[in-house]
Amino acid sequence: MPGRTMFQKIWDDHVVADLGDNVFLLHIDRHILHDLGGPGGILSVKQRGLRIRNPELTFATPDHAISSARGRAGTSEVGIRLLEGLRSGTRSAGIRLFDVGEVGQGIVHVIGPELGLTLPGALLVCGDSHTCTHGGIGAMAFGIGTTELTHVLATQTLVQPRPKTMRIHLEGEMAVGVTAKDLILHLIGTVGVGGGSGYAVEYAGSAIRSMGIEERLTVCNLSIELGAKIGMIAPDEKTFAYLKGRKFAPAGELWGRATAYWRTLPSDVNAEFDREVEIQVGNVAPHVTWGTSPEQVLPVDGLIPDMADVTDVGKREAAVAALKYMGLQPGKPIIGTPVDWVFIGSCANSRLSDLRSAAEVARGRKVASSVRAWVVPGSESVKRQAEAEGLDAVFRSAGFEWREPGCSMCLAANGETVPAGQRSVSTSNRNFVGRQGPGARTHLASPATAAAAAIAGHIADVRKLGN
Amino acid sequence: MKPFIALSATAAPFLHDNIDTDVIIRVERLVGLTGHGDLGPWCFEALRYLPDGSENPDFILNQEPYRKSEVLLAGANFGCGSSREGAVWAMMGMGLKAVLAPSFGQIFYNNCFQNGMLPVVLPRTSIEEIISELRPDTGMTSVTVDLERQLVVSPGGREYVFETPPLRRQALLKGLEADDLSLTLKREAAIAAHQAHDRQRRPWIYESVEVQS
Repeated sequence: MPGRTMFQKIWDDHVVADLGDNVFLLHIDRHILHDLGGPGGILSVKQRGLRIRNPELTFATPDHAISSARGRAGTSEVGIRLLEGLRSGTRSAGIRLFDVGEVGQGIVHVIGPELGLTLPGALLVCGDSHTCTHGGIGAMAFGIGTTELTHVLATQTLVQPRPKTMRIHLEGEMAVGVTAKDLILHLIGTVGVGGGSGYAVEYAGSAIRSMGIEERLTVCNLSIELGAKIGMIAPDEKTFAYLKGRKFAPAGELWGRATAYWRTLPSDVNAEFDREVEIQVGNVAPHVTWGTSPEQVLPVDGLIPDMADVTDVGKREAAVAALKYMGLQPGKPIIGTPVDWVFIGSCANSRLSDLRSAAEVARGRKVASSVRAWVVPGSESVKRQAEAEGLDAVFRSAGFEWREPGCSMCLAANGETVPAGQRSVSTSNRNFVGRQGPGARTHLASPATAAAAAIAGHIADVRKLGN
Repeated sequence: MKPFIALSATAAPFLHDNIDTDVIIRVERLVGLTGHGDLGPWCFEALRYLPDGSENPDFILNQEPYRKSEVLLAGANFGCGSSREGAVWAMMGMGLKAVLAPSFGQIFYNNCFQNGMLPVVLPRTSIEEIISELRPDTGMTSVTVDLERQLVVSPGGREYVFETPPLRRQALLKGLEADDLSLTLKREAAIAAHQAHDRQRRPWIYESVEVQS
């Protein structure tokens, strides 16, 4: 008999009822609300005459609609209304809110792991597709819609079809200057944005094992850009060391019991997956996207694809439309493409290690005069730690703007947009048409590559940046 | 939620892969929205309007007879990206009731069922065949999507069988009475029993947040 995958073990432990035909009622261990969906969700439960079933398993923080300017100046009227709605809704329901200016506030997918709310083997949901991020801790985590969110608030459960399983082995050692972001972009370019559709993905292999926890969170963050709602990595000693002592992580006697359970979670050696993929990482270069889908990506020293080389009709048509939108010439090097904006932030890349990596590039250099560059830390905690290390000073003296934590320009829900026709290098996860604002042109990259673009004034190879 | 049983209506060819929910509805249109809003006018905004705000004549749903489409013949991975349920509300707001595609974004696929819109998975070759039979000049653009029989009928009468998750199919056929929440509320005893058992097995899930709150 085959063993069980980590996915299957966690799934099994959360089944409240088998509804038949591969559909299950699952228990939700952790639910995080944000300002965009939280107020409406709490309201809809009340409107149906129901109560929030487990407020103690529910947490909230504003991130989407608040301004990232100092003092949150410029938060729109709607943003303020949402923030007030989140405050009053969580207060009346008895839900713990991490408010503006408080340690704990930040992007939902940054604060979950940081506070120890995200735990191995836990089932965590949030009304945001990048909830897959939390899989980097060994949790099963996925994004949900508005109706599902109401369902979770009212019942602490969710009806879900069981996905198939895919294991992606990332093997070998990453070259100098290459980051977890580059690996996952390369993987998306290889497998495609629909390649993971219908699967829960487990990332494995020597490259994953050598990564720190924050890098693993970055890898899992872009699972949804593979089409996979769930991405996860087996917990190990690094995970335990990361969690120990965090505010909501188990302590004392519970810590021992929890770690004993967590050690049982990794996939059995004889577990079978529906699909297995292997990628050798040794030759992967820093990557940057050229189009309007994360799969339209290339090594930074590569050439923008020539349409004659794209044989698939659908892919060619998509590429032609993308190049038109992005204002790029086929067959030309991507290096040297002039940049107007640089955004370092988002649930993909706004943690302390990301900021350190970007600061290393920025240190002693100056942002090009044609570029406006922002650093938006992922959380209040990241912000304070970065300031304690002096990273804010490094960024500021290089000409970057150092801002307040939140989602900001990743999706521009707070009105912080890249103007139409302008080009941005962004450490976020989506380069969709209009994502950073109507007509905005987004190139996804790692924090180091984004910082290099800010300095150079154009897309640049961080490995070859001059002084 | 209205039941979905069967539909015969104009179907628009929109065979582009990886149409994401940001393109279906911009987040800006959803910020501060109460209820489902009136999102129809903003659906596919970036494709549907030119920068000056006028209609883009190249966009299929701006062309006759496809303005009145209720069925979309779409490409792979339709509705990928953001979890925003507003994408479904926006599509329904412009009159769309069913989407046929080779595959769907998983969150979007679930969201469709929660709102009475039917996502139908058909092989790309089948969708291409259906599109090849569309004759907008003679008005032969009607496609039948029958959830009762799980059958799509092309304008020329070709039939394609599809599968829908049985629970989802039942819920759509019956309408509101069968939504997930109403059914789950009846399972409160099972939920309480699960938590009681789980508390013994994984006490830290419950206790580490109680101590701190």
